[in-house]
Amino acid sequence: MENLQLLLPEIFLSLSIMFLLILGVFKKNSSKLIQNLSLIILIITAVVTFNETIGISNTKLFNDSIIIDYFSSLMKIITLLAAFLVLIISSNYLKTFQIFKIEYPILILSSVLGMMIMINSNDLIVFYMGLELQSLALYVLATFNRDQIKSSEAGLKYFVLSALSSGLLLYGCSLIYGFTGSTNFNVIANQLNSNEYALTFGIVFILVGLSFKISAVPFHMWAPDVYEGSPTSVTLFFTMVPKIAALTVFIRFLYVPFLNLIDQWQMILIFLSIASMLFGAVAAIGQTNLKRLVAYSSIGHVGYALAGVAAGSNDGIQSSVIYITIYVIMNLGLFSCLLMLKRNNQYYEKIDDLSGLSKNHPMLSLSLLIILFSLAGIPPLAGFFAKFYVFKAVIEQSMYFLAIVGLMSTVVAAFYYLRLIKIMYFDEQKEKYDTDHGFWLKFSLTASTLLILIYFIFPSQLIEVFSRINIIQ
Amino acid sequence: MNFPILSSLILLPSVGALFLFFTKSNKKNNFTVKYVALFTSAANFFLSIYLWILFDQSTSEFQFVEQRVWIKDFINYKVGVDGISILFILLTTFITPLCIISVNNSIKERLSEFLIAVLIMESFMIGVFCSLDLVIFYLFFEAGLIPMFLIIGIWGGARRVYSAFKFFLYTLLGSVLMLVAIITIYWLNGTTDVIELYKSGVDIKYQNLLWLAFFSSFAVKTPMWPVHTWLPDAHVEAPTAGSVLLAAILLKMAGYGFIRFSLGLFPAASEIFTPLIYILSVIAIIFTSFIALMQEDMKKLIAYSSVAHMGYVTLGIFTIQQQGIEGSIIQMISHGLVSAALFLCVGVVYDRMHSRLINTYGGIVSIIPKYSILFMIFTLAALGLPGTSGFVGEFLILMGAFKDNFLVAVIASIGVIIGAAYMLWLYKRVVFGKLINIDLKQMVDLNRSELFILSCLAIPTLFFGFYPDPLINTIEVSISDLIDQYNFELAGKL
Repeated sequence: MENLQLLLPEIFLSLSIMFLLILGVFKKNSSKLIQNLSLIILIITAVVTFNETIGISNTKLFNDSIIIDYFSSLMKIITLLAAFLVLIISSNYLKTFQIFKIEYPILILSSVLGMMIMINSNDLIVFYMGLELQSLALYVLATFNRDQIKSSEAGLKYFVLSALSSGLLLYGCSLIYGFTGSTNFNVIANQLNSNEYALTFGIVFILVGLSFKISAVPFHMWAPDVYEGSPTSVTLFFTMVPKIAALTVFIRFLYVPFLNLIDQWQMILIFLSIASMLFGAVAAIGQTNLKRLVAYSSIGHVGYALAGVAAGSNDGIQSSVIYITIYVIMNLGLFSCLLMLKRNNQYYEKIDDLSGLSKNHPMLSLSLLIILFSLAGIPPLAGFFAKFYVFKAVIEQSMYFLAIVGLMSTVVAAFYYLRLIKIMYFDEQKEKYDTDHGFWLKFSLTASTLLILIYFIFPSQLIEVFSRINIIQ
Repeated sequence: MNFPILSSLILLPSVGALFLFFTKSNKKNNFTVKYVALFTSAANFFLSIYLWILFDQSTSEFQFVEQRVWIKDFINYKVGVDGISILFILLTTFITPLCIISVNNSIKERLSEFLIAVLIMESFMIGVFCSLDLVIFYLFFEAGLIPMFLIIGIWGGARRVYSAFKFFLYTLLGSVLMLVAIITIYWLNGTTDVIELYKSGVDIKYQNLLWLAFFSSFAVKTPMWPVHTWLPDAHVEAPTAGSVLLAAILLKMAGYGFIRFSLGLFPAASEIFTPLIYILSVIAIIFTSFIALMQEDMKKLIAYSSVAHMGYVTLGIFTIQQQGIEGSIIQMISHGLVSAALFLCVGVVYDRMHSRLINTYGGIVSIIPKYSILFMIFTLAALGLPGTSGFVGEFLILMGAFKDNFLVAVIASIGVIIGAAYMLWLYKRVVFGKLINIDLKQMVDLNRSELFILSCLAIPTLFFGFYPDPLINTIEVSISDLIDQYNFELAGKL
């Protein structure tokens, strides 16, 4: 147990959650206090993670069921920072709907704790435990605006479908356990016998469960409804944070125990990737609600991230992680814009509400323009580089079909991003929106836009950070 | 050479744009905004003239090369010019200030945003012409879509949305395959540095596919028949300055790309696909000339004539003859000047009458004589009358073509006649004839700025028509070395 300090971030976070719960119960009207404390806790946890674990290479704890390495530490830090930003920009939104309650930050913290456990896991059971912890918190978050029927519907839908996928996932785990005699990733890797077709079934079941969590086609059905129904700030959380964790597990699960079966699962991943990219692009075209559109766009972006995973090389993994990081930044900017579309205490989320935005709010629409072009992957914005790295990794493995289909679907996807730009810039203006946004909302919009815009000047730094990830030894 | 002159050329317009961004645009300071933009682009023009003076014509090596690490162990930011690219840079820096002067009458609202878009566009286009790394090239090549999309979409005419979308999606679809090809080249050769690639060559097994991928991008951008349909739409709807940029410079990026990359990197594939290019070029020349003959909209007519002229350019490039490629470059420069001028001429009458239809006009020669004279010069240059730059280009291209393939050259020569027919008929219907439309009597002749712009374009058109040596001297060595290299590679590979 001499390595217990490596788990300090998780221990600290769980103790803080309990403390916050007690504090919330005993102190009246403490929602603002708890919100601020949660923010501090997230930052401290990130700092502790950075200090304690970033330099550690490949250390396993608790009978090898937990792994601490550069990859897991980095992903934890990204998760924590993303959660911090979500929390900090959502307070005004919650206040408008009068759901600014103590549970909100606490639920986010617990879900983050679950994700950290997922990211650390080197064992099917630990992984499942983390997954369920984060999902349970997310069910409640989806229904957080409980007076609205759509929010309740979203939560219920998410719960039912997610439970189903968890069931499939567990079934896959038990199959794998049955054929290898262990739930530990490394032991499984040693016990692999590629003639066992049932093992492949196990992998498929687990992949289905994981695809559900990151909303890859064909397991995406919940995403548009849940994204639309949930409160916008929760949607923001949904589109960013769980995806980081789930993608990490995706990578860890495929590359540690099942690297030798790459021929079996690579086809599945290529299919998931192509289907998500194409479906995300095509289905978004007909949408009229911005949140639904974002849902389809996030399905498409997951497809690109999976393309990197499908490449089967360290370059591919790195590119996929870079992709999801840049995507998180773009999404943050996009949602900051959505949260600014507010007039008379009401938020607007129809596409037509953007009409003529550029005349009334030139800076807001300019930022949105940059973010949308970046999401569409037009150089020299950051979104282009994200795609560029992914396709570089993919082409290095001679997977031309995947690369060409992926790039073709960016053209289709460009259409609906352009449509938004067209509505903002070419259409007639409507009433003005409020401009008295909170500092942090403005900050996150400005920061993410600037990062996207000037990324091309310093592309090396980000790559350097991620180039130390090497899962395949 | 310590002063980074090429990077300055790329950056200067962007700095101007940044300055404009922080200047609030309203009715009062439109004047200031415009002069800031004009000053930046004019400074850029003089800088590029300075570049031309310093340029050493006796070598085909890349000059003024700057190299910086951009993405470690992967891509270097590398720029440089040789005889082929320097003229395009000059064309860009020459046309942009004229565009900025011309916005006087046509752009009524959001002037400073428009100028920002134009200046950023200039940065990107200069970047395209001097980048010596495939990824950097792609970056600039694609980035140009954003400002052009906005220029067409915000300041365009009635069907601007349709045209802007068509422009954007067409060109994007063409280019994504080029990205795949660029990454493949990196994977094959371990570098995307153009100079290195020239030395090492590209594996012959992959050349055909790579060539096709580059072709898909350049063919859309050129535009070649049958993927030219975005061009008339984009031109018709774009504001005058946008059309000028599009015709004068954007289309040249593809011609430049054909010479620099298709010929330079994939000689074996170029040899195989030359017949394809010939066929498409000849169809473009003949077919679109006939289409141009039937147009009723002046801008559309000039747009189709652009397609035909670019047909000569692609034809000339793939003759792989000294005259052919020289002719192509001069044709591109000349088309840059002439088509810009023609679009401006249409802009002049459009600003006064708000109609681009040919049958609105007729008999305006006595009302606006100065305009008629300048319009005539450009009409004649467009049809390639000896004494104008258009003639030099077409003549050299046809000479190169006759050396390479007699039949193609004969058919292409027929195109010259049709070209003369539609341009002269256009001029006749607009300028001569009976004055039927009485409103035309209120038209005023060119004002000072219009006169200045059109004369600025007319002088080089005529000068290079009589004395093309400065142009030819600049490009000669680079092209002959390119052809030597091409034949050498070909002999080694086949």
